[in-house]
Amino acid sequence: MKSSLPIGAKISSLILRALVYLAALITAGVLAFIVIYIFVMGVPHISLDLFALEYNSVNVSLMPALINTVLMTALALLLAVPLGIGAAIYLVEYTGRGNKLVGLVRVTAETLSGIPSIVYGLFGLLFFVTVLGWRMSLLAGAFTVAIMILPLIMRTAEEALKAVPDSYREGSFGLGAGRLRTVFRVLLPSAIPGILAGVILAIGRVVGESAALIYTAGTVTAIPSSVFDSTRTLSVHMYVLASEGLHIDKTYATAVILLLLVVLINAGSAAVAKRLTKGAGRG
Amino acid sequence: MSAFKERIAHIVFMVAATVCIVAVALICIFLFINGIPAILKIGPIEFLTSNVWRPSNDEFGIFAMIIGSIYVTAGALVIGVPLGLFCAIFLSRFAHKKIVKILKPGVELLAGIPSVVYGFFGLVMIVPIIRAVFGVQGMGILAASIILGIMILPTIITVSKSALDAVPENYYEGALALGANHERCVFRIVLPAAVSGIMAAIILGVGRAIGETMAVVMIAGNQVRLPQGIMDGVRTMTGNIVLEMGYAADLHREALIGTAVVLFVFILIINLLFSLLKRRARV
Repeated sequence: MKSSLPIGAKISSLILRALVYLAALITAGVLAFIVIYIFVMGVPHISLDLFALEYNSVNVSLMPALINTVLMTALALLLAVPLGIGAAIYLVEYTGRGNKLVGLVRVTAETLSGIPSIVYGLFGLLFFVTVLGWRMSLLAGAFTVAIMILPLIMRTAEEALKAVPDSYREGSFGLGAGRLRTVFRVLLPSAIPGILAGVILAIGRVVGESAALIYTAGTVTAIPSSVFDSTRTLSVHMYVLASEGLHIDKTYATAVILLLLVVLINAGSAAVAKRLTKGAGRG
Repeated sequence: MSAFKERIAHIVFMVAATVCIVAVALICIFLFINGIPAILKIGPIEFLTSNVWRPSNDEFGIFAMIIGSIYVTAGALVIGVPLGLFCAIFLSRFAHKKIVKILKPGVELLAGIPSVVYGFFGLVMIVPIIRAVFGVQGMGILAASIILGIMILPTIITVSKSALDAVPENYYEGALALGANHERCVFRIVLPAAVSGIMAAIILGVGRAIGETMAVVMIAGNQVRLPQGIMDGVRTMTGNIVLEMGYAADLHREALIGTAVVLFVFILIINLLFSLLKRRARV
């Protein structure tokens, strides 16, 4: 078959094939290079004082920023997860086709997921920090990123709920359960892995976020004593270190910790998604 | 009692669903209320077409920043689109299943790496290389384009791949049966069939690139001027906001919010194009 092709077509096929493989190779190479480079440069500079509980300009500890990141993520999830799941339940279980509200929710959710993080940061600064008077604080930052991750959680929860077979609903209704009972006892339990995968992705977004937090949560390097204290998350911490340019070694080390977190989060999400496809018996 | 509970639940879920709408409305209102008066005060024509940005003289023209954003975004597309598209073709039509299993999580990891890490990598790796090779300062359009090109790769790859995967298998088989070889089938038949989805991927990539803040601020140089070549430093709209918001007051601050309004309008147009294309891709 192949021999019947003109020689020009053969050569162009060969070139295309080479380009396709090259592109894949470059993509894999770039990823490997970034990760390995950061690790090689950073791991030797990881020391115990990097994890001291208090930051000062000698130890350049990332521990307060790490704790702040955990607090920020927890708070943002606390706000966004119930809202996102609730919204998904409404869209999937409570509305029929052609509902006008549903269309509007979809359009606005899509808009939200396209808005750049700096615009969120600016909005947070104008609304939570200034108008509501929370100043630059953990709370203002958490509300800002919560809005940012809301569409992600909503969409994944929606998909997870849609994937629950209709026979579950019919079975539950047939046994006399109401809509609310069906949602909480039947649908949510079987949708949990899908929802969880989305939540883990959202954690990754919060951990990596810097532009939306720098003017809402501020850059104070201490563990906050209340939600109204200013905090600096690990990403913001790294940005400040990198732009100061005084502690390049420590910046590498901080980058390693940040990358490690991201790798772990991604692995967690992948593991959950894998269990999801394995466990989802065609009901 | 039960009916009452159902009623309450219905309302609670509906309220959760409307949060997205409220959020978008609030973001629009706060940006426009704070930004538009400043733009009117400065004069819309001057604001958009003057490239003189001297806050201390009350001169606010963001033309250079708009051009800067467009240049780095275009540069990112030049690097990211061919690479991403070919990589998507590889994953969708060329790669062995085992390789997909390794490369796909890799692409997801690429998406998860925080922008500060990309920026830092650009600062310590790309900028010095450019400096050494071309004998220039190094921070500028080229460095920003390379890093942004890498950053939009996951978006381009994932969305194009699903567009390519969605092309019915019988298109490919039909072409094969007519005597075309694998490359011709993929590039002449499957690729054109997936073109709306690929356009959607590119538009989404544009949105990512134009909205990216931290990575760009770290490596673009941030000079307010019309660049003469791809080595020149530029300031993007996002960079302008994040660099000066920390200390700006009065009209200067409002002019920065005005910058965000212009950015927001860009993003809204991009979103609109994306949803139009997505609708076409589905039909």
